[in-house]
Amino acid sequence: MNVAYEPVIGLEIHVQLKTRTKMFCGCELSFGEPPNTRTCPVCLGLPGALPVANARAIHFALMIGLALGCEIADRSIFHRKNYFYPDLPKGYQISQYDEPICRGGDLAGVRLHRVHLEEDAAKLIHIGESGRIHGSEQSVVDFNRGGTPLVEIVTEPELHSPEQAREWLTLLRATLRSLGVSDVNMEEGSLRADANVSLRPAGSSELGRKTELKNMNSFRFLERGIAAEINRQQAVLSAGGKIEQETLHFDPATGAITSLRSKEEAQDYRYFPEPDLVPIATTAQMLADAAAELGELPSARAERFVNEYGLAGESAHVLAFRGELGDYFEAAVAGAGSANAQQVANWMTQLVARIGDEDPAQSRVAPPALAALVAMVAERKVSAAAAREVLDELVARGGEPAAIVAQRGLGALEGEDGDLAGTVERAIAADPSAAERIRGGNDKAIGALIGAVMRETRGRADGAEVTRLIREQLGL
Amino acid sequence: MTDHALALTASQAAAAIGRGELDPGQLFDLYRSRAAGERLGAFTWVAEAAPAAATGGALGGVPLAVKDLFCTEGVPSQSGSRILEGYRPPYTATVVERLARAGAPLLGKTNQDEFAMGSSNENSAFGPVLNPWDQTRVPGGSSGGSAAAVAGGLAPWALGTDTGGSIRQPAALCGIVGLKPTYGAASRYGMIAFASSLDQAGPLTRDVTDAALLLSHMVGEPDPRDCTSLRFPEPIVMPSRTDLRGLRLGVPAELSGEGIEPGVLAAFEATLEVARALGADVEPCALPHAPHALAAYYVLAPAECSSNLARFDGVRFGYRSPDAADLLAMYESTRHDGFGAEVKRRIMLGTFALSSGYYDAYYGRAQRVRTKIATDFAAAFERFDFVVMPTSPCVAFELGAKTADPYAMYANDFLAVPASLAGIPAMSIPNGFAAPPGGGTPLPVGFQLAGPAFSENRMLDAAFALEQALGFDGSSIRA
Repeated sequence: MNVAYEPVIGLEIHVQLKTRTKMFCGCELSFGEPPNTRTCPVCLGLPGALPVANARAIHFALMIGLALGCEIADRSIFHRKNYFYPDLPKGYQISQYDEPICRGGDLAGVRLHRVHLEEDAAKLIHIGESGRIHGSEQSVVDFNRGGTPLVEIVTEPELHSPEQAREWLTLLRATLRSLGVSDVNMEEGSLRADANVSLRPAGSSELGRKTELKNMNSFRFLERGIAAEINRQQAVLSAGGKIEQETLHFDPATGAITSLRSKEEAQDYRYFPEPDLVPIATTAQMLADAAAELGELPSARAERFVNEYGLAGESAHVLAFRGELGDYFEAAVAGAGSANAQQVANWMTQLVARIGDEDPAQSRVAPPALAALVAMVAERKVSAAAAREVLDELVARGGEPAAIVAQRGLGALEGEDGDLAGTVERAIAADPSAAERIRGGNDKAIGALIGAVMRETRGRADGAEVTRLIREQLGL
Repeated sequence: MTDHALALTASQAAAAIGRGELDPGQLFDLYRSRAAGERLGAFTWVAEAAPAAATGGALGGVPLAVKDLFCTEGVPSQSGSRILEGYRPPYTATVVERLARAGAPLLGKTNQDEFAMGSSNENSAFGPVLNPWDQTRVPGGSSGGSAAAVAGGLAPWALGTDTGGSIRQPAALCGIVGLKPTYGAASRYGMIAFASSLDQAGPLTRDVTDAALLLSHMVGEPDPRDCTSLRFPEPIVMPSRTDLRGLRLGVPAELSGEGIEPGVLAAFEATLEVARALGADVEPCALPHAPHALAAYYVLAPAECSSNLARFDGVRFGYRSPDAADLLAMYESTRHDGFGAEVKRRIMLGTFALSSGYYDAYYGRAQRVRTKIATDFAAAFERFDFVVMPTSPCVAFELGAKTADPYAMYANDFLAVPASLAGIPAMSIPNGFAAPPGGGTPLPVGFQLAGPAFSENRMLDAAFALEQALGFDGSSIRA
């Protein structure tokens, strides 16, 4: 008998903060500078150098904690996490352990375990065929990234599908983006997610043994990686096997999951309070400063889109949870008028289908152009089908919708001008069997006649008007 | 000129330079040639020439010997370790920079126990330091090079560091003054760390006035590069007190009897009599947790060092084992070859104490003891201005006498570590001589004062009054 399993997923998210300088020294953050040009004795871990915590990073962490409804600690401390690796110059990472800056919190019904501050590791580059440290001819270290401020956000294990995990992470990303605390770009590594995955018999409330899936660097890979791990665990359990607690790597190219280390190889990090740093005492003033900078969060924005523009809940979520879509939407509505807001949202769906994950503001379709197109459709100056053709052209080459319509002769044909009625008449005459079937009550057959009219008018005719004329001429 | 200049304390020399009676370049050359030609093993590097430009500043250009573990730009800073042999840092420690700016140019770097771990200076990768009073004996440690250099007239004054007695104990064994300031008073930036929550820089000098003068330029505004450094609440002033009237001195029973050589105790008792004669009220006091200080110290300091020394991994600087096949082998043989036995012992102790499952029993408990000791001192300071005790339980011992017995070596520190754990200032002044247990030429003994945080001015004043009354003379070994 097959047992139905329920996946239980928790996420650990690392967010690179967009401060000017690093977490514990005055080096500016690096954006592709030549290797080892953004370093100093502190972030190189030279003998005698000491860390000093970045007040701006603490401010950002407080903003994140407030935005996520966390409990903010009056006093939190840094710990040392000790392990040897060439990308870790001091032999320990300065992180937070049992006294983090934020605990608890909630985002869209998923509870958070904690939010804490730490420093990023440097970047290792392995020279040779293997591309990994084992078997490489040589490994070199670029310390530019070392010491970049990170916030780690840990959820409770309350997600139950790869899709939900992806959607929730999208919302988190939008929330962080709206705070302006990070570039939150997964491909560039400013947002990184690990997933803890376990299965349990459906209906059970106990947690199964979990595995940790490391560093999936896009939303798609996150979803695919978790799905692959769920499948793997399901297969193991169905075959009567047991899940080993281990750290795994998902290879998006092959879909394969490989083990990085088992529980036996798990390290003892020998955490202890960092004696080189003083505790963070969170003052009322610091909290007030963080609260003052929060701005509008995505969930509040979605609510406003419903109330202010009358958007459907689903549209409002889609737009608000990807901040750049929300921004574009508001810019376009300003041109198209609030009455057309839902139409703007619908046409943005068309736009997103064409440009994918790209920020629409960076596309060739300027918000006023989309607004103009929506207005033309609303005023029946252009048919929906023709408008899609205009949008294709806008995406490909940019420009003004009105000019494209004029240039390509895509303007709508008016029902009253005998031309469209004539076209309908010719279509009926050309396909008497279709006309017969429609008269006989087969409504689907009307599609053949509409299609013929659209071909004839190259899509410029308004579909509703054509339907009306066909039925009128058939005496229905 | 030579004999005259050598006889001057650092403060007297600075004053003579100020009056135009002494040329700072000649003074530098005098000490430079003495340091370059020394046979005590006190220096690991000596400046080749006086600084080109006159340094000026309040200290006039009186040269300063600096413990090896202070980073000095472009100058070997090896912390007594093979793993840092030839390492020349790209920057200078804050206190060394402040002192240079104030007019104390770098004379040389002094030998020390490796990474400041030791009480005899026998743990240096660059050889032991000899005690100028008896060259068959140790100078104490870990700032043994600094202490021997000042006592032997190789430097007018020196900078050391104290984690669990590393300034005070060698000062006592070499017959000079050594002061460990309040934790946080002096910046630790650029000090190659041993145990971060305990390490403090401080002066080793011929007399109390020199200690005050050097200290006055080490403390003040907090260092923005060391967030554990603190603003000193007042300027350090030159001591002038000639009596101890109205001062209450507490003598902790736990730290003034058992485990101390009779000669050292006799000198201590004699100094208490001098204090009484100067008007002090001397009474017994209690530091009930002090007997546990050594055990707590030898958990906490190794724990911190096991982490602080992780950066010596052969990747970026210092020694790297040339023949390792892979990363793990490179780490292992670099650290195996680069560190000495005592350093490895403490790394292993500390790694164990922090391990999962042992943390609470060792590190956690030691931290609680530390808090108790600080509370003991706070209670004592409600009744007493200072707590006084001998600095070291013994006079300088013979080279090799304790190297085979780590516990006997650690036990040297038991009078010094309580103040270290409490983070309070403490200093040692020479208070006479005592014959070693087996007999022989009498050797210097140190008297220790410990006071509340930031009580350095009052402590220096009391030490100055005692110093005048005691009349200790160390000039014979500077010739």
